Amino acid sequence: MIDSNTVLTGQTIAYTFYVLAIMALMGWFAYKVTRDGSRKEVKSAIFYSFVGFLVVLGVSLHIVTHETIPWKSMDLNRAEIKADKVFHITMANHEFQLPSNKLIITKNEIVKFDVESKDLTYGFGLFRSDNSMVFQMQVIPGHNNDILWQFDRPAVYSIRSTEYSGPKGVNMIVRDAVEVVE
Amino acid sequence: MSFIQILTNGEQGLFKPNSLTPMQKLALRFVVVGLIYYGVVVVEGMLMRLFEVNPNLALGVEPKQFFAIMTAHPLVGIFGSTYSIVFGAFLFLVPFLMKKPLWSIKLANWNLWLIAIGTFVFWFAGFVSHYSPLYTLYWPLPADFSQFSVLGGTFFIVGIALVMVGTAFFVINIYKTITYTPEGWEKQPKGALIKSALGLTGLSNLFSKKKKEHLVSLPVAAIARGTVDTAFNAVVILFAGVLILIYMVAELFGVSLKHSAIDALLYKNIFWWGLDLIADGLVLIFVAGTWYLLATLITGKKLFMENWARAALFIEMIVSWTVWSHHLMSDQAQPGILKILSGEMVTAFELITQGLAFFITLATLWSARPLKMSYPLKFLLGGLLGFALAVPAGIMQADLGLNRILHNTQWIVGPHVHVAILVGLTMTLYSAIYFLFPILTNGAKLYSDKLANFHFWAHLLGGIGMGAFMGMAGLRGMLRRSIYLNGEFNIYMILAAISGSLLLLAFLAFFYNIVMSVGLKGVIGIFMPSKLKTTDLLPAEK
Repeated sequence: MIDSNTVLTGQTIAYTFYVLAIMALMGWFAYKVTRDGSRKEVKSAIFYSFVGFLVVLGVSLHIVTHETIPWKSMDLNRAEIKADKVFHITMANHEFQLPSNKLIITKNEIVKFDVESKDLTYGFGLFRSDNSMVFQMQVIPGHNNDILWQFDRPAVYSIRSTEYSGPKGVNMIVRDAVEVVE
Repeated sequence: MSFIQILTNGEQGLFKPNSLTPMQKLALRFVVVGLIYYGVVVVEGMLMRLFEVNPNLALGVEPKQFFAIMTAHPLVGIFGSTYSIVFGAFLFLVPFLMKKPLWSIKLANWNLWLIAIGTFVFWFAGFVSHYSPLYTLYWPLPADFSQFSVLGGTFFIVGIALVMVGTAFFVINIYKTITYTPEGWEKQPKGALIKSALGLTGLSNLFSKKKKEHLVSLPVAAIARGTVDTAFNAVVILFAGVLILIYMVAELFGVSLKHSAIDALLYKNIFWWGLDLIADGLVLIFVAGTWYLLATLITGKKLFMENWARAALFIEMIVSWTVWSHHLMSDQAQPGILKILSGEMVTAFELITQGLAFFITLATLWSARPLKMSYPLKFLLGGLLGFALAVPAGIMQADLGLNRILHNTQWIVGPHVHVAILVGLTMTLYSAIYFLFPILTNGAKLYSDKLANFHFWAHLLGGIGMGAFMGMAGLRGMLRRSIYLNGEFNIYMILAAISGSLLLLAFLAFFYNIVMSVGLKGVIGIFMPSKLKTTDLLPAEK
């Protein structure tokens, strides 16, 4: 499965390119709008083309990500996918209760993290040693909170609550709690 | 004139508060209250920026206080500042554009003071008690009395409720002003005016051969449609507030109600449905309406593609009622169909509606070349750029694949929220303020052009810079609503703090410029009762 860092790199490049382009466009517009012009109106064909472009862009973004980001379709179809391994995790009183001290996963296994909250709304996220995020989900009390993930390389990850649950929740981190092995 | 004379009497002594009508004073009072609360928000924001770099830099702010600031900061910004400025402007502009007096100046004054006092009450309650469930109020956190003071929370919720009552007064005043018949006037067609304001006339025109004329102008239609969302939002916030108050009052009487009586996911859906009526509803609709108004006022020309603009405003209103699920994409119990339809697809419509507003405004300006680069135009272009940057950032995070790795990171609150609010919304409001300044002050002169230009560039660069550096940290995994004590993201947080300090300097420059323009006597005079007994907007020309 593609690593989330790869997806974020793609997003960074695309958005940076867009930001530079729109800033250049606005700079050009600000310059030109103060200069002598023909006072002609913008042609309606340009307007309708722009509307069409926005429609195509808005819809195609989600189709492209559906086809290229593997966890998106896996998430939508997770009820039909059988996990190779399931970890039941409980959250209560601003603490994680893990099934074992270390959650060991074999590379390429499909793993289900099934997380239950006994009191507040929390978050559940996996983070690399450089603090970058692998994935996250919300953990709502009284509901099923589960996520499937496939790890494609050996690594060690920390678990962290990704949702604010009051000032007591800021230290909800379990360092190096997940290890993916060959 | 000496410095002291200018500080006392304003630039060239041109501002005479005694010459102001009650309506001018009303609008200026709203603006002053809004700007003071904006100042509070900027200072709070700067404290949080310093805390994110190193908690020791933030003037003794403790983690509990940090989260209390984080709770109050957006609420003071939205209700105390933005609502005040927007309500003040619209209570002046609707009668101005409808060419009839405001329905009730008294109600508008109640509106002002309820928002001003309500904001102070919830801010002060949070400041003293450190009540900090954040603006999201995820159930059951606001009723978690093992972390928060019941009394502090009660005052906090009461403050919010006061703001919502003030908001209800605004809604009533706007709709009454559109539909009522002033004394001595020919009877106004109430039903037809409402239909036109809500966009129903325009909608029926699409399917009818006999086209009916629009009884209200486009900016009034935008205000009316945004006001629908304002009303729904007030109802939902009041509902959440009452629910939380029930738990608080019970606790005060020694009865602990069960949190599990409320379904956390259902509550979250209702809450976000209501809150999104601000973020994805009235803000976008009001902003689009303001862009259209400013573009036509600056150019003196008719709006480009006006029918499309009306249609886009109507669609935006419907979109804002059906878009909330993009906030619940990481909630695994939320039905997948809602995530796709409401979260992804309907949200993508905002790219279209806001893109149309962007294009229509630029095309209207373009048709009037050459234009003078006035302050209203300059800030309007800044506001357009802000939304052009922030809306696509929001569309990206409203994707199921990307949301999995962006939700609750600094990306959300940086390139999307802060760029939309600080650059998009606030610069649009500044454009309106610079435009209305000579009208509301009967021709007072701006003290310094250099300060106004500094205000523009420092605000633009500060806003975009802060959003960008927060976004870079978010892409590297930095969470919002969290504390990092080991300098994990320091390089980005230092750069964001430098950008934030530009925003603070921009505001100080603007505030100083305005105070020097009208003088301290002028500022006090705005809050004194008007000597002119008239419901007219502007004084009669001599």
